[in-house]
Amino acid sequence: MRVALFVTCVNDAVFPATGVATVRLLERLGVEVDFPAAQTCCGQPPFNTGYRRETAPLVRRTVGAFEGYDHVVVPSGSCAAMVRHHYPAFGPDAAALGPRTYELTEFLVDVLGVTDVGAYFPHTVTYHPSCHGLRMLGLGARPRRLLESVKGLELRELPGAEECCGFGGTFAVKNPDVSAAMGADKVANAVATGAEVLCGADNSCLLHVGGMLSRRGVPLRAVHLAEVLASTEEEPWR
Amino acid sequence: MSGVFVGMPAFPEAAREAVRDGRLRANLRHATHTIRDKRARAVAELADWAELREAGKRIKDRTLRHLDTHLIRLEEAVTAAGGTVHWAADAAEANRIVTELVKATGETEVVKVKSMATQEIGLNDHLETEGIRAYETDLAELIVQLGEDRPSHILVPAIHRNRAEIRDIFRTQMGCWGRPAPDGLSDSPAELAEAARLHLREKFLRAKVGISGANFMVAETGTLVVVESEGNGRMCLTLPETLISVVGIEKVVPTWRDLEVFLQTLPRSSTAERMNPYTSMWTGTTDDDGPQAFHLVLLDNGRTDALADEVGRQALRCIRCSACLNVCPVYERAGGHAYGSVYPGPIGAILTPQLRGTTSEVDASLPYASSLCGACYDVCPVAIDIPEVLVHLREKVADRGGKGHRLEKAAIKAAGWVLDHPAALAAGERLASKTRTLHPRKLPGPGVGPWTESRDLPELPAEPFRDWWRRNRGKNRPEPRPEDRTGDRP
Repeated sequence: MRVALFVTCVNDAVFPATGVATVRLLERLGVEVDFPAAQTCCGQPPFNTGYRRETAPLVRRTVGAFEGYDHVVVPSGSCAAMVRHHYPAFGPDAAALGPRTYELTEFLVDVLGVTDVGAYFPHTVTYHPSCHGLRMLGLGARPRRLLESVKGLELRELPGAEECCGFGGTFAVKNPDVSAAMGADKVANAVATGAEVLCGADNSCLLHVGGMLSRRGVPLRAVHLAEVLASTEEEPWR
Repeated sequence: MSGVFVGMPAFPEAAREAVRDGRLRANLRHATHTIRDKRARAVAELADWAELREAGKRIKDRTLRHLDTHLIRLEEAVTAAGGTVHWAADAAEANRIVTELVKATGETEVVKVKSMATQEIGLNDHLETEGIRAYETDLAELIVQLGEDRPSHILVPAIHRNRAEIRDIFRTQMGCWGRPAPDGLSDSPAELAEAARLHLREKFLRAKVGISGANFMVAETGTLVVVESEGNGRMCLTLPETLISVVGIEKVVPTWRDLEVFLQTLPRSSTAERMNPYTSMWTGTTDDDGPQAFHLVLLDNGRTDALADEVGRQALRCIRCSACLNVCPVYERAGGHAYGSVYPGPIGAILTPQLRGTTSEVDASLPYASSLCGACYDVCPVAIDIPEVLVHLREKVADRGGKGHRLEKAAIKAAGWVLDHPAALAAGERLASKTRTLHPRKLPGPGVGPWTESRDLPELPAEPFRDWWRRNRGKNRPEPRPEDRTGDRP
């Protein structure tokens, strides 16, 4: 089984800890992971902003970078959804990458068949299911089942969990007021849970919500699911 | 579309005002959450919802593929049943036809059934300029009309108003239009409804001309269908001597059998009812029963343009249920007026730019009025993939290269070049990481400015992931040094 990590551009540049956590987690589960250095961005930002032509070179690059791998694991529901749902419009080679691409929780639960990954994370956690993972991929209970199996972790229900956090890529910049209003409600709901950690499976959403938490000085940390699952008693994460 | 929305600012500016209006936010939040929860329960009752949704989608798609055939069949059936069919290419032609028909009766007032098509063409304003007064009889439309307001929701046009505001509008305005509100009117729903009932009754009993739209038109028999909750529609459709219906051409369905699907999905999606209280159906005219003259005005007004667009045409499946508005997080914060059209919310964001084009500032901004969260697509009873159409319309707007889009395209191209050259990308990432202590977490200026108005930028990491990988997992990597341990937690 040849497994490649598609770390995503946001994680590469801004949240490398999520990539490191994904590598450590997969290796702990006995998976040999590779990181093809030719990878950059799946092309979602230009695609969703209406620049299909400008997206095509990025699609070609991504498809080429992951050629020959049986499984491509992405710690982002949004980027996985881009590959699975929108790549087919870029030709048969691009379409063929979709079925081999797995969002992290899909790979763990569906391919490896595990929900208890042997993690230890002694904190109260609330989980925000990001829209593309929730609706386009249909991740369903996978993230929750993984979190519920983490030792020491207390999972708190997030009110209005399925409502968008207001990130939406360029939406956050093109419609900053509505985006911030949505984010403020997400923050308020997360704070109301009393949890120490707001967990998600998409760092772009956490970039937005985490940025609001930081600005407001709220003592709530936004942490990617991979980092929670990578944490063990021997090597606790942060 | 209606002139009342002409000159609207772009969506982000209009939404900014709405977001800051605490009362509007509270009204909208309460109303949309109540109805979205009720809808979810009503839909969950049906074991075959997914099949009904798929059937609705297919019926609409099949009908739209042969729209010309079905419309001609409809015209023949309506004519055979004693009605007269008129074809209107645009709003101006539809308004002219309706005005002439009303004038031919010698009347100067009409009663109206709630109708999106007549709102779309701005019929009331046009009739007013021709000396004809149109009375809205749907409760929410009445509130909007008396308040000299604009509709902000397809199903509940006065959703932005609470009961105290409605009481104030009734107290001050009803007397200017007819029977005044009863003395000491309170804001209890029962009293408000009774005031509206008394006010409207004299109009129903006096009116000689009724104007409606229709939810469906059945081609095989020439039958029109209006579904409603209040019974005002039934009054307008049966009491006047002349009935004029203005209906978008996409409302036709081939057979009665097709109605079976929509009469289940529409009420559950819109009002969260298993069945709507009133379903009125009429076929042409009937001697000594109901209106003795019936005119059907078939409205195009941009619909055939939308039909020509292979991606965008799915918007024509819409049955105006409003489920997408009620689940939309953007609509909930921005309100309906920000969309600058009688069609607000997610469906408005894809319908308005197709019907009106994207030359005005507000129309060009509508495809971007969404975070693409997909909640609208999930609840749509005819499976319109609204996010797909939004992205498609963004492409069209960007292609035109209007305001701001030339700069955006240049930026996208530059970013695309970097992302297609991993060495350049890595160099940029490293430079950012090396200078990270110099980066402020709040920035002024375009692009990043709107981001940092409400959010901090994240602290940049010590190194990008690709460098960590090369040091720790790369081929020919050196033996791990003690400091690499910290590299596990950049």
